[in-house]
Amino acid sequence: MIPRYQKILFVILLIASLAMGVVLWQLRQRAHRRLLAGQASAPTQAPEVAPAEQATLVAANDAENALIPQIRSLPLPADPGARARALLGRLLDLYAAPDAVHPVGGGATSVAQVFLLPAGKSSPDPNAQVAVVNLTGTFAASHPSGIETETLTVLSICGTLRANLPNVTQVRFLVDGQPRPTLAGHADLTRTYLTAEAVPTEGNKP
Amino acid sequence: MDSAWRKTPFLAAALALTLPCVAQQPPVPSPAPPPPAPRFVVVLDAAHGGDDTGAHLDSGQLEKAVNLTLNVRLRSLLSARGIQVVTTRESDSSVALDKRAEIANHAKAGACLSLHASESGAGIHLFASSLPPAQPARFTAWKTAQAASVTRSLALAGILNSALAHAGFNVTLGRTALPAVDSMTCPAIAVEIAPERGDDNKILSEPDNPDYQARVALALAAAIVQWRSEARQP
Repeated sequence: MIPRYQKILFVILLIASLAMGVVLWQLRQRAHRRLLAGQASAPTQAPEVAPAEQATLVAANDAENALIPQIRSLPLPADPGARARALLGRLLDLYAAPDAVHPVGGGATSVAQVFLLPAGKSSPDPNAQVAVVNLTGTFAASHPSGIETETLTVLSICGTLRANLPNVTQVRFLVDGQPRPTLAGHADLTRTYLTAEAVPTEGNKP
Repeated sequence: MDSAWRKTPFLAAALALTLPCVAQQPPVPSPAPPPPAPRFVVVLDAAHGGDDTGAHLDSGQLEKAVNLTLNVRLRSLLSARGIQVVTTRESDSSVALDKRAEIANHAKAGACLSLHASESGAGIHLFASSLPPAQPARFTAWKTAQAASVTRSLALAGILNSALAHAGFNVTLGRTALPAVDSMTCPAIAVEIAPERGDDNKILSEPDNPDYQARVALALAAAIVQWRSEARQP
């Protein structure tokens, strides 16, 4: 003869098991619906690639102590800030190449951000912009030390921005988001550079 | 003979009468001595020093040591030519950039040379400040004090360029923003010695090569002497 309390306990456990089964079933169904919803929102087409455009990279040449413009066909984003970053990334990729005439390590990842801000009262042109170029500390630490090489790097960045974003008239530099006295011991990074100073020299010595 | 002796008393009397007159005449003003030549001082700034090593050259030398060696060579040559030299450092010591400019500005120098060495490029690089020229003013901003002297700095760069090119060096001229130079009020040029390279870009002399440095120092000294003579011309 089964005691009465055991019958009651059995019924309670059975009800709890059935309830847990129902809850688990519902959770499974919910997860399934979420998975299906995620699949529906996944891209079914390849992302649209920006069309290639003609861009001018004002590249430095140590042997000539010159800034030489190079016309390249590059896919560039429409947003000006992202466009500036892509251009400078491509420029620094040139310098990171094994046979570079202005060898500097780091490449495209050395440009953390480029911010474009209105120049305000510092320029008579109401459309003038200031580009704030935030370089990585790794880039600055690995940059060769010397007046010529540092100056050419800074001026080539200014010249490339000027050639492709004519509204950018001034450039300021940060390293890891902070002001830094010099790039690698020589070129002053605390001042505001005018892009008009970075005129390509077409291979001639300045 | 006798007549001559007889004439002697008359000559003595004539002298006795004329000498007081001569003595009473106002003294003829002698030509004034030429004014002393204005003091000509050259400031030599051996860049870096102490913890700030500067560039690491391929020869294993540090830029701060190469700069100091050239500083000593050039100081000796200029002193031998009668030019007063003020240096920003004489040993491997750390000197702040503002302190270097302070030393140069207190010296009221006729020329300031900031000495550097680098492994990149070739020959001698001469850099003037990239600040736009400005009229001299009684009070100038510290960070742009060089603006009032940029025109003279460019003229000094031209003389240095001629002397170095005449000595057979490959010279490049440029403008740059160097914190110490931009705060100097004297005609100031940054001189950067890069390796001497042949036609095939092969290195003939590293910046720390004693013979290379001696030739560079000689050419720089000749240029400074010429700059001094031009500065003294009215």
